[in-house]
Amino acid sequence: MTVHVTSPSPSLPPPSSSVGVVGWLRKNLFSSVVNSIFTLAGLYLLYTLVPPAVNWALFQADWIGTTRDACTSDGACWVFVGVRIKQFLFGFYPPSEYWRVVTAFSLIGLLVAWLLIDRTPKKSLVGAFTIFCYPVIAYFLFYGGAFGLPVVETYKWGGLMLTLILATTGMFFSFPIGIVLALGRRSSMPIAKSISVVFIEFWRGVPLITVLFMSSVMLPMFIPENMQIDKLLRAMIGIIFFQSAYMAEVVRGGLQAIPRGQNEAAEALGLSYWKSTGLIVLPQALKLVIPGIVNTFIALFKDTTLVLIIGLFDLLAVVQAAFADPKWLGFSVEGYVFVASVYWVSCFSMSRYSQHLEKKLHTGHAR
Amino acid sequence: MTAAQAEQNVSGEVMVELRNVNKWYGDFHVLKNINLKVTKGERIIICGPSGCGKSTLIRCMNRLEEHQKGDIIVSGITLDDDLKHIDTVRRDIGMVFQQFNLFPHLTVMENCCLAPIWVQKKPKKEALAIAKQYLERVQIADQADKFPGQLSGGQQQRVAIARSLCMNPSIMLFDEPTSALDPEMIKEVLDVMVDLAREGMTMLCVTHEMGFAKTVANRVLFMDAGEIIEENEPNEFFDNPQSDRTKLFLSQIL
Repeated sequence: MTVHVTSPSPSLPPPSSSVGVVGWLRKNLFSSVVNSIFTLAGLYLLYTLVPPAVNWALFQADWIGTTRDACTSDGACWVFVGVRIKQFLFGFYPPSEYWRVVTAFSLIGLLVAWLLIDRTPKKSLVGAFTIFCYPVIAYFLFYGGAFGLPVVETYKWGGLMLTLILATTGMFFSFPIGIVLALGRRSSMPIAKSISVVFIEFWRGVPLITVLFMSSVMLPMFIPENMQIDKLLRAMIGIIFFQSAYMAEVVRGGLQAIPRGQNEAAEALGLSYWKSTGLIVLPQALKLVIPGIVNTFIALFKDTTLVLIIGLFDLLAVVQAAFADPKWLGFSVEGYVFVASVYWVSCFSMSRYSQHLEKKLHTGHAR
Repeated sequence: MTAAQAEQNVSGEVMVELRNVNKWYGDFHVLKNINLKVTKGERIIICGPSGCGKSTLIRCMNRLEEHQKGDIIVSGITLDDDLKHIDTVRRDIGMVFQQFNLFPHLTVMENCCLAPIWVQKKPKKEALAIAKQYLERVQIADQADKFPGQLSGGQQQRVAIARSLCMNPSIMLFDEPTSALDPEMIKEVLDVMVDLAREGMTMLCVTHEMGFAKTVANRVLFMDAGEIIEENEPNEFFDNPQSDRTKLFLSQIL
């Protein structure tokens, strides 16, 4: 028998049980008996955990006051954080110079926002300013010693300020160094290749704590007294090298995913190695590994807390030091929750931005 | 333009010359004593069984592959380790790949402008005008702002041809340009190539499209096991093959 179809069949809507709220519930929460049990158990767990936590943190919490006597309710005592907030933010930076820190961070906040928000003009100019001018400005604002700004020694730096300085310098330098190392590792030049491999494998093979410890305790023993490098700077270099090695491997993963044909097409058009790398290979490779790059950034951000073992007072260390204040004994939970939320907000923002970036850069090239 | 008129475009000027070219992949002898002269305006089709070295042969001409013995001279420049020579040759030779190899992160227009701007240092405006002209010529100007991933295979390959032409090459190499295409898209790409041939472009094309070979080629080269086995003008080649290997090959593909 032959079938004759004279006109295309019309597209019908899907059955109503598979769409809408009911369809969604059925498919995702109650698709089987076991799943229904898990759903109910999950709901019960949320019910027992979330309301008390919210009550403690928000509704029954004490917010205003200057001493622990202000904390009379059952909830959290945020007064502790409020009283100490300046130290949490600035460490032991002299209060008269706080404006310098605020200016430096406001400026970088503005610059980064300018670069990250999609529709702002003159991105390349602002980008160049951020890369080449801002670090110099930031150095003089934080450290001083010029333009009539008194010197603030690095041992006075602390709190969130120190955390952010360590994290941003870490990201700022480890990203380009990582790219160069990744390219070096894939290079056909034996010397560039072996230097990259040795560097990456060395720094990836040692724990960050060891690196920091070596830089702060061992290194000074080998360097003459008059040539001592600042402790913060040593820690920074340690973090940068350590994270560069990780970044290099992330970037290398991206480079390996780019088909050889891309390079060949670029070469056939007459593009040099650096042009084809910079214009063709890297943009695609970096886009592929945005999740990995952001992952490394987040790890770096949180790893900065390790500097407390070499006596630098980052946010966590400053908050922990405040627990020892006899006037404020017993408020460590509030302190830790505060620190955790600062870290969480920062890391979550990075994660969200990376997802936005992935979507923006998607050009539908997946075959 | 008729075939006879196109014939007149062939002048005596030698564009590509290969003298005793040998190449090995490790121990595997992939090109054996290749001798070839391509004069200006010639259209040469290279065919042969898979793995016979035909792609390697044309990839040696712009040094995507390095040959170990013999000389390759393109537009009077000997290809050796000198990067300047390689650079000059690559600017003068366009190449079209089986897998298109468009840059997926750039739009069609940006794909075409890239080399004129970064290699030939043309001002952006001029590069855009050139790109537009060639995109029109391959009849795809209306897709200029799309990304390659949004185009069909045939459209992508036409963009790839336009991208090469934007460098204003005097020789074009085609490495199986229609092998990765769905059957209904082969013609649109071949039409563009026929056009190009009629305008007198010097072309070397690895392909099994025998209709195309008969339409445009001056010469067909048959390769097997790294050697040029037979070389003839197309009608003679297809109707009256000389060697047994050619006969066997033709019986398998026709």
